[in-house]
Amino acid sequence: MKGNVELIIDGKRLDGRKPLEMREVEMKVNVVRNADGSAYVRFGKTIAIAAVYGPTILLPKHLQEDKLLVKVRYSMLPFSVDERKSPGHDRRSIELSKVIKNALAPAIMLDEYPRAVLKVYVEIIQADGSTRVTGTNAASLALAMAGVPMKDLVTACSVGKINDTIVLDLNGIEDNNSQADMAFAMMPSKNRVTLWQMDGQLTKEEIKKMIKIASDACKKLYDMQKKAIRGAFK
Amino acid sequence: MMIEEYVREVLNKGRRIDGRRFDEYRKIIVEKDIIEKAEGSARVKLGNTEVIAGVKLNVLKPFPDTPEEGVLIVNAEFLPIAHEEYEPGPPGEDEIELARVVDRAIRESKAIKLEELCIEPSEKVWGVFIDITVINDDGNLMDAACLAATAALEVTKIPKYEEDKIIRGEYQGKLPLRAKPVIVTVAKYGRRFLVDLKKEEEEIIDTKVSIGVFDGKVCAIQKQGQGYISLRDIETILELALRKSQELKKVI
Repeated sequence: MKGNVELIIDGKRLDGRKPLEMREVEMKVNVVRNADGSAYVRFGKTIAIAAVYGPTILLPKHLQEDKLLVKVRYSMLPFSVDERKSPGHDRRSIELSKVIKNALAPAIMLDEYPRAVLKVYVEIIQADGSTRVTGTNAASLALAMAGVPMKDLVTACSVGKINDTIVLDLNGIEDNNSQADMAFAMMPSKNRVTLWQMDGQLTKEEIKKMIKIASDACKKLYDMQKKAIRGAFK
Repeated sequence: MMIEEYVREVLNKGRRIDGRRFDEYRKIIVEKDIIEKAEGSARVKLGNTEVIAGVKLNVLKPFPDTPEEGVLIVNAEFLPIAHEEYEPGPPGEDEIELARVVDRAIRESKAIKLEELCIEPSEKVWGVFIDITVINDDGNLMDAACLAATAALEVTKIPKYEEDKIIRGEYQGKLPLRAKPVIVTVAKYGRRFLVDLKKEEEEIIDTKVSIGVFDGKVCAIQKQGQGYISLRDIETILELALRKSQELKKVI
């Protein structure tokens, strides 16, 4: 049963973190040579590589719209998890691709590229919880590196409830045994929330508290993203 | 184009095209047990939106990590009869998202007592298959789908199971339940928040948040669409969803 596994002992999580502590975060840009923009983001053992191709003209013509079409594909590689995941697009990855697209789209100036398509790929190289938010951070960096006009970066993290305690940045075992987990992304400079998902059981007050924790964490991650981009132009 | 401008114009004046208040649902009609062949079923009409949910039970092998629990599977199909833009074929991202959010609301509220659905540990458990089919789409499929699923579960019976065979049409009892989750989808238009969008309103409003509620608690959240909400909107959305969930619970 969910929620019965001991995940916090003497105030410390199994990997030694305090409840509101992130795992080690690493961010790099320009990691895929061929792509117009790319990035690598690591949250502890969760590793995502994102690459962007485009904008290019959308064909066939009848699919063209008066604004940029953003296509996102999220996928977890076969070797990224304990039991081999068969390759290809399952129901989970179809939903997550859509959710990530909806997290990124509000930040992109879609009207600048009518009749065009932008392809965003998020590959989870290794999965240890919080893969969609790690991937969203990478995708946002890749978009910026591709020179896509954006209103802001998109920054994401996860919050959850384990052993009746609210925690930041769930790892795999915490995710699998959580009482609730929430994925969250925002455009930090204007406090605009672009991704918000939750499953589990929470009261309104708990949700408010978790949103505060997540948005504070996003602001720190935002600084790291900006630093990663600046580093590429030194 | 003409319709879209009209819908915007009306909303900007603080009204809706069918005269409802921003926080008002259309008329909701719930009919249960409409399909005799199914172990449970319900039809929900939200204005002109119509959804049928059917529940079938099968015996299957449990997942290795939950050897003594029944299995819940939720699937959704937008039938080609439901809207001119729907085509037959494999499920698209909207169908998958709808099914997965309804699945979450039911699973996370622990609506079904899955732990009572074990026949033989590690070998045989009941699988509860909820198939949600959209008959006519006039907007707000998410809330209608969850209502239909929850209403269908309310009347679901477990078939008799003797000598490794399911005896269809004969029952051993009701499906054990503990919660009645509902989903309230709140949409944002400018500074206003609306519930129960009609199709024409959905065409111009692209920011929605679906909130799953049971017993005054939240069991699922899904922000949808290519827009954003502000941090300070979160409380307003939660309060509206919690308030409207009371009404939805009553119609099931």
